[in-house]
Amino acid sequence: MSVSPVLLAEDVEAGYEPGLPIVKGASIHVGRGEIVVVLGPNGAGKSTLIKAIAGLVPVSRGHIALNGEAITHRPAHLMVRLGLAFVPQTENIFATMTIEENLQLAGHVAPAAERTSRIEAMFALFPDLANRRRLAAGRLSGGQRQMLAVARALMIEPSVLMLDEPSAGLSPKLVGEVFAKLAEIRKTGVTILLVEQNARAALAIADRAYILADGRNRHEGSAAALAADPDIAAHYLGLGGADGPMRGIAP
Amino acid sequence: MSLQFLADGLFAGALIGLGAVGLTLTYSILRFSNFTHGDFISWGAYLTLAIVGGIAGVIAPAGRFMPFSFGWPLIVAGLLAMALTGLLALLLDSALFKPLRRTGHGIVMVIASFGASLALRALLEFLFTSEPAYFSRAIQIAVPLGLGIRVTPDQMAMMGLALVVVIAMHLLLTRTHIGRSMRAVSENPALARVVGIDVAAVIRATWLIGGALACVSGIMLGITVQIRPQMGFDLLLPLFAAAILGGIGSVWGAILGGLIVGIAEAAAVQWVGAEFRSAVAFVLLIAVLLIRPRGLFGVREG
Repeated sequence: MSVSPVLLAEDVEAGYEPGLPIVKGASIHVGRGEIVVVLGPNGAGKSTLIKAIAGLVPVSRGHIALNGEAITHRPAHLMVRLGLAFVPQTENIFATMTIEENLQLAGHVAPAAERTSRIEAMFALFPDLANRRRLAAGRLSGGQRQMLAVARALMIEPSVLMLDEPSAGLSPKLVGEVFAKLAEIRKTGVTILLVEQNARAALAIADRAYILADGRNRHEGSAAALAADPDIAAHYLGLGGADGPMRGIAP
Repeated sequence: MSLQFLADGLFAGALIGLGAVGLTLTYSILRFSNFTHGDFISWGAYLTLAIVGGIAGVIAPAGRFMPFSFGWPLIVAGLLAMALTGLLALLLDSALFKPLRRTGHGIVMVIASFGASLALRALLEFLFTSEPAYFSRAIQIAVPLGLGIRVTPDQMAMMGLALVVVIAMHLLLTRTHIGRSMRAVSENPALARVVGIDVAAVIRATWLIGGALACVSGIMLGITVQIRPQMGFDLLLPLFAAAILGGIGSVWGAILGGLIVGIAEAAAVQWVGAEFRSAVAFVLLIAVLLIRPRGLFGVREG
């Protein structure tokens, strides 16, 4: 693309054990204001790639940059200060803390004068959470937890919001709500990178998509073009054509 | 029937509870049973004693706050010793536990802490001998409170101190960023990093706070009983019993656990016999592990 990307990962090799890479040379870029989704079969290295970008998985080769600044080996806890927010797939909220405490904790990197107003802004964006602010987050339902995890990530007013399978474990109705919320968040100027198994829901809101297989780029293109390609749909997306079954989701 | 055991038990329980708060914090954040915690208690008492001695040597011995057995030198010394015990814990972490943490084997940490505990105790015996020492030899007259209960002014002051420290800990954990960060790391270290928490800084804070709390327990024990190199190690079993009874990670749980252990021990002394005192903590510990392993306020298992 012509404009310099907000987030760039080039030829990234990463994995938990030295010498055993799971991501074996993947490259992605995300332009300002885009929603980009990384798809692929189980074990393709999608989650490992996004965790490597977040600083949670060691990178053994390649280059990662945020807003032009190299962040390849930056410790995870410094990423939020650079404007990179990450929502893990599971255990993405502090269950023993209240909803408000979850947001306060995340808002600590914000200037002191803005913290309260940001929390109120999150309650305005997620009204479901507003009247439960003193409730232990562990008592929220699956969908509410996911919303809190996103709100927590937005507390830093990130330039890039990364999400690892936000649809995991949610009912189809809730998946729709979460993705509608992501589309709404993008309109506020936040760039979004997500990893998904639920290709249909993700492609519906994404601008572009990457398909990873065996830790490497396999396909990339506009979300509409990839969704319309019957070969890709059948091989990688589990869509089986335009009216095929969605991935099974436990209630 | 005398209710004296209640007063004795509450006092011993407050002391055990304070020690258990430090233990439960280090356990839940660092994820290993730290046997040196007992020795931090002894070191806290001896450091306070040494500083009180230093103050008395430089300035003429100060008077005491009637009706208590201590004066301002002990308060100054106690505050300094809290900081020093925290630093001692921090030093031990960087020299011993931090390199071992990277190996990721919890049992190695436990064994290392056992070894460090022996070394710390031996060092105290070398420096101060194993003879008991006292902050003051002033005789305390116990005040009758009714119902056959008698309590010394020192004991009342120490109960007040314990209450202040516990409330301060509660406020720290719920109202400050470092306190919330400690809770976050104890629940989910990986998510804590994602949220922007410097886990290494939280671990340092935990050692400082754990050491300072151990020092307060040491001072309480030193003022009301005596100071010995073994004093903290002898307290370890009740401390673990209280922390596990209350639920690992819970400050109020540790305090309540401490009170239960303290009162049960005192009741055993009164009704069964003093020789069964130390068995009580052990029986309680086993009972909790069998019946409710996550303790009274434990939020989750594993």
